[in-house]
Amino acid sequence: MTDTPTDASAPPKPRNLFSALELDPRLLGMIGAFVVICLIFNFLTDGRFMTPRNIFNLTIQTASVAIMATGMVFVIVTRNIDLSVGSLLATCSAIMAMTQTWLMPDWLGLGLNHPATMPVAVLVGILAGFTIGAFQGWLIGYLTIPAFIVTLGGYLVWRNVSWHLTKGQTIGPLDENFQLFGGINGTLGETWSWVFAAVAIAVSFFALFRSRRAQVAHEFPVKPIWAELVIGAIIAAAILGLVAILNAYEIPTARLQRLYEARGQVLPAGTIEGYGIPISVLVLIVIAIIMTVVAQRTRLGRYIFAAGGNPEAAELAGINTRLLTVKVFAIMGVLCAISAIVASSRQTFHSNDIGTLDELRVIAAAVIGGTALAGGLGTIYGAILGALIMQSLQSGMAMVGVDAPYQNMVVGSVLVLAVFIDIVYRRRTGDKT
Amino acid sequence: MTSPLVEMRDMQKSFGGIKAVDHVTIDLYPGEVVGVLGHNGAGKSVLLKMLSGALQRDGGEIYINGQKATINNPRDARNYQIETIYQYLALADNLDAASNLFLGRELVSPLGFVDDAQMEAETRKILARLNPNFRRFHTPVAGLSGGQRQSVAIARAVYFNAKILIMDEPTAALGVQETRMVAELIDQLKSEGIGIFLIDHDIHQVKLLCDRANVMKNGQLVGTVKVDDVTEDDLLGMIIAGKCPASAIPGPGALQTA
Repeated sequence: MTDTPTDASAPPKPRNLFSALELDPRLLGMIGAFVVICLIFNFLTDGRFMTPRNIFNLTIQTASVAIMATGMVFVIVTRNIDLSVGSLLATCSAIMAMTQTWLMPDWLGLGLNHPATMPVAVLVGILAGFTIGAFQGWLIGYLTIPAFIVTLGGYLVWRNVSWHLTKGQTIGPLDENFQLFGGINGTLGETWSWVFAAVAIAVSFFALFRSRRAQVAHEFPVKPIWAELVIGAIIAAAILGLVAILNAYEIPTARLQRLYEARGQVLPAGTIEGYGIPISVLVLIVIAIIMTVVAQRTRLGRYIFAAGGNPEAAELAGINTRLLTVKVFAIMGVLCAISAIVASSRQTFHSNDIGTLDELRVIAAAVIGGTALAGGLGTIYGAILGALIMQSLQSGMAMVGVDAPYQNMVVGSVLVLAVFIDIVYRRRTGDKT
Repeated sequence: MTSPLVEMRDMQKSFGGIKAVDHVTIDLYPGEVVGVLGHNGAGKSVLLKMLSGALQRDGGEIYINGQKATINNPRDARNYQIETIYQYLALADNLDAASNLFLGRELVSPLGFVDDAQMEAETRKILARLNPNFRRFHTPVAGLSGGQRQSVAIARAVYFNAKILIMDEPTAALGVQETRMVAELIDQLKSEGIGIFLIDHDIHQVKLLCDRANVMKNGQLVGTVKVDDVTEDDLLGMIIAGKCPASAIPGPGALQTA
C-alpha cells in the first residue's frame, strides 16, 4: 500500500453562501416552516400572534412536551417507542404533589411553603421517574419484551397508579416555591435575562472557537472565517431576539404592585418591568444543551446512535445494548418527572388528567423534528422545533377560532405530511436511512 | 514446533438440537492464513464466532499462545487482540468512518467526552495507508461503496494491532479491483506475523490466499489440508462429499471409505 498523503488540508472552494456555512438543510427547512406558520397566523389574527405576550405563552406551553421530546429522540433512535410518557408524567406529578401537600407539611410537620419542600419534592419526583423508567427499560432490554407492549401496559398502569395514589382527587395548590417552575409565576426578570443572553452568547462563541481550533490543529479543512462569523452572528441575534421579546412582555401594573407590596416596597409611579425568560423555558434550554452534549460528545450518545443504526454491529463492538436500553428509558423517566414539575406547577395543582395524550404529542414532536422511526437518526434541536411547530399550530388555530376537532385534524395531517416530506427529501439526497 | 497462536479444541455449539459445530478442533500459527471452508450452514461462521466472542460456546477450549483463554463476549476477544471483519460488514450505517472505526473504543478527552477531531485524524492516517482514495470522512458509511466500507472494517482491525484476524468472506461484497486490494492487504498482514482465519467458499480464492485449509460439513470437520498439496477438485470433493484426499489429515466428518 502506498503512503501518499491526502490532500485533505487543501480547503475546498465554497460553492455558494449556504454551502460555505455548512448548515443542516433539514434544520433550515424546519425553521422555515415555523416562520411560515407564524407569519400566516400573524396575518390571520391581525398581528396578535407575534406579540411578546403570545410568544411568551407559546414558549411556556411548549416546554413540557419539548422536554420529554428530547428523551423520546433517544428512545426512537434506539428503535424503541415509549407510549407511557403521559402516564408516567401523571404518576410523578401525583407523587410530587403528595410530597409537598401531605408529606412535608403534615407528616413531617414543616407547614406550608417550607423552603425544603420544593427541593425534596423535585428530588422525589425525579427518583420516581428514574426508577419507573429504568424498570420499563429492564423489561425491554433484559426480558426482551417489545417496547411497544411494555409501554402500552405502562400507559394503562401509571395513569391509574396516579389515580390510585390521589384517590382521584385534584391536589393543590402546590408549594409556592414549586410553582416557580410553572412559567408565568417564575421568570428571571429583565436584568437576569440579559445576563443569561450574554453568558449564552459567550459560551456559543467559545464553543465555535474551540471546535475550529481543534480542526485547525489536526489540519482538517475549515470553513472560511467569515462563515464562522456569520454563524456566530446568527446565534447571537437569535439569543438576543428571544430575550428581547420575552423582556418586552410587561408585567401588568396591578400584579407589579402586589409584587412590590409583598417585598414591603412601594411601586414607584410609571415603573415598567418585563417578565423575562420563564424558569420553565430555562429548564428546557439547560436540558436541550445537556441532551445535545450527551448525544454528540459522550460514549453513551455514540452507542445510542450506533445501536439504533445497527444493533448487531453495536453488540459485536462490545457494547452492552441491554444496559443501554435501560439507560435510555431511565433518562426518559427522569425527563417525564421534570416535565411533570413544569406541567403541574403551570396549572398550580395536580389533576388526574395531567399529561393526557402527551405521549402522542411527544412522539409527534420527535418525528416532525426528523427522528426516524427506523432508528439511528434524530436530533435534539429537531425534536424541540417539532414541539414548537405543533404548539404554534395548535394555539394559532385556537386564536383564529378554529374549533377543537378541526385543530386536531390539522395537527394530525401535518404530522403525516411532515414525515412524507422528510421521506421525499431523504430519497432526493440519497440517504439510505 | 512452537505452540500455535490459536488452538480451538473440541468446539461445540448447538441451536435447538441441531449441532452447528460438532467437536471441531483447528489451529493457527503466526504469519499463517488458514481457510475455513464449507457450504452455507456447514458451521464455519459459527465456529469462528465462538473465537470472536459473538457466540458463547457450549463446549470446548480455546488456547491463545498455548494459554487457556476465556472468551465469553466480543470485549474478551478484543483483549486477546482478536479482531473480526464480518461478512455483512458490522458497521453502523448512520455513523461516519471515524465513529465506526473507534466504536466501543472511543478516544476521549481528559474530561471524558469523545474526541471526534482526534479520532478523525487517526482515521485519516490509517485510511491513507490502506486506501488512499478514501475521502469521505464526514458522510455516514451508508453512503460509501462496498470497497470503502470494507476499508473501514479492515482499518479497525489494523488500527488496534490485531494479532489474530478473522475474516468472514471479506470479498463477498466487493468488485474485482477491491478484491485485489484485500488480497494485497492479507499478504501484508501475514508478513507482519498476524495469524488470519479466512472464511470463504470461493475455492480459487482460498487456493490463492491460504496456507492451510479446514473443510467443514454439517458441523463436523472433514479434514485439514495444506492447500499446495491438493487440487481445487480435491477441495471441492471435501466440501461436497466429505471425501478426504490422501495428503489430508482427516477429521471426524470425513467420509469413511473402506
